[in-house]
Amino acid sequence: MPTDLTRRSTLGLLSAAAFAAVLPGRALALNTAEARELIERAIGEVNAVISSGKSETQMYAEFERIFERYADTRFIALSALGPAGRTASKADLEAYIKAFKGYIARKYGKRFREFIGGRIEVVDAHPLKSFYEVRSVAHLRGEAPFQVDWHVFEKNGKRLFFNIIIEGVNMLAAERTEIGAMLDRRRGDVGALARDLLRAG
Amino acid sequence: MIGNSLIDTTRVRRLGLVAMVSALLVSGCTRPQPGAEFNDPFEEQNRAVHAENVALDRTLFGGGRKDKKPFLPEPVADGLINVAENLGTPSDALNSLLQFRLKPALTNTLRFAINSTLGIGGIFDPASEMGLYAEETDFGETLHVWGAPEGAFLVLPVMGPTTERDLAGTVVDAVIDPLGLLTEAPESTYITGIKLAGKVLKRQKYGDAVDSVIYDSADSYAQMRLIYLQNRHFELGIEADVIDPYEDPYAN
Repeated sequence: MPTDLTRRSTLGLLSAAAFAAVLPGRALALNTAEARELIERAIGEVNAVISSGKSETQMYAEFERIFERYADTRFIALSALGPAGRTASKADLEAYIKAFKGYIARKYGKRFREFIGGRIEVVDAHPLKSFYEVRSVAHLRGEAPFQVDWHVFEKNGKRLFFNIIIEGVNMLAAERTEIGAMLDRRRGDVGALARDLLRAG
Repeated sequence: MIGNSLIDTTRVRRLGLVAMVSALLVSGCTRPQPGAEFNDPFEEQNRAVHAENVALDRTLFGGGRKDKKPFLPEPVADGLINVAENLGTPSDALNSLLQFRLKPALTNTLRFAINSTLGIGGIFDPASEMGLYAEETDFGETLHVWGAPEGAFLVLPVMGPTTERDLAGTVVDAVIDPLGLLTEAPESTYITGIKLAGKVLKRQKYGDAVDSVIYDSADSYAQMRLIYLQNRHFELGIEADVIDPYEDPYAN
């Protein structure tokens, strides 16, 4: 019946409007369930590596692979570098990004190693500003459980995480501080930074 | 001696004095500079003290060397850390009460009762196994709940990073600690000693994570300040700045 149809479509429109009002400013192709699923898969792989009994070097290689698949390491590298990335040569910048990926995998891989015998569990996911926050809890042997948040966005059709916040400590903010200090020591030379990053972490 | 539950008048007077001192300390808190990322007006002195602390840490804990022998084997160290933390639980419970947080106050009281008895003087932590996890707090947090400002970031000799508010909290905690009020020398001295040993052993236990910040950072002071303040804000439930990926002009 036409009246029914009108009512239904009006209701449909209304609920669509209500839904849009709940969403943050940007149109999100990604939803909460998908963000959660991404992190659950990433954590699943991290948990598998830390219980695999592989050697440290093998583990770091595995962590680099997981980071590469689930995190926007290019975004993290450029965000950590800041304005210096705009004036650096293309070759220096690409060398830096490549070195940064290995550096971050080694650095955080070392921390994940402490998770051996423990596990990480996703407990919640919700929209935050223009992206999603997936909340997880790390249960480590002999320790009170602690909170690890993963910030997930979608770029060029790919869902990736771009930040990890461990008990309030923001990985991106820490890396901006660290890369900024390293760059200062090398008088802003991104090429020199890239070479030294190959050994850092 | 535990058992002398009558709190004498000198102690009551001492508490009054503490309340006054903490009010003075907090009202004297340094205001943040507008636009600055951190409230760190004493950065120069802080950096000098930090350098001294790192030198001391290197002497005591080996400066990140892998062959450094631990002070005590891990199971013994874990037991002592547990004892030290258990001795800090009455103070946690008191502060939870002062913050009008009844559930953590109850949890901490139960933890102290369970771990002191079933946990054999706190060597073991059966309370955590029952799901009663430590709700660690301090008078610095109480001051935050009461509305005192954080004040400047400080680095103290040996003790390391803190803020003006947290320093006032540390001073007050030393005096209002219920265990301290109920014990006298030599027990009170043993308690202080065990708590201090607990701190040293915790540094040993979390050695790798601490080493990576102190010895592998390009600017360990900046890194430590960031980690301390972000983690402290998280503990206090202060909302953190969020990095919005679409607003980063350098990464898009």
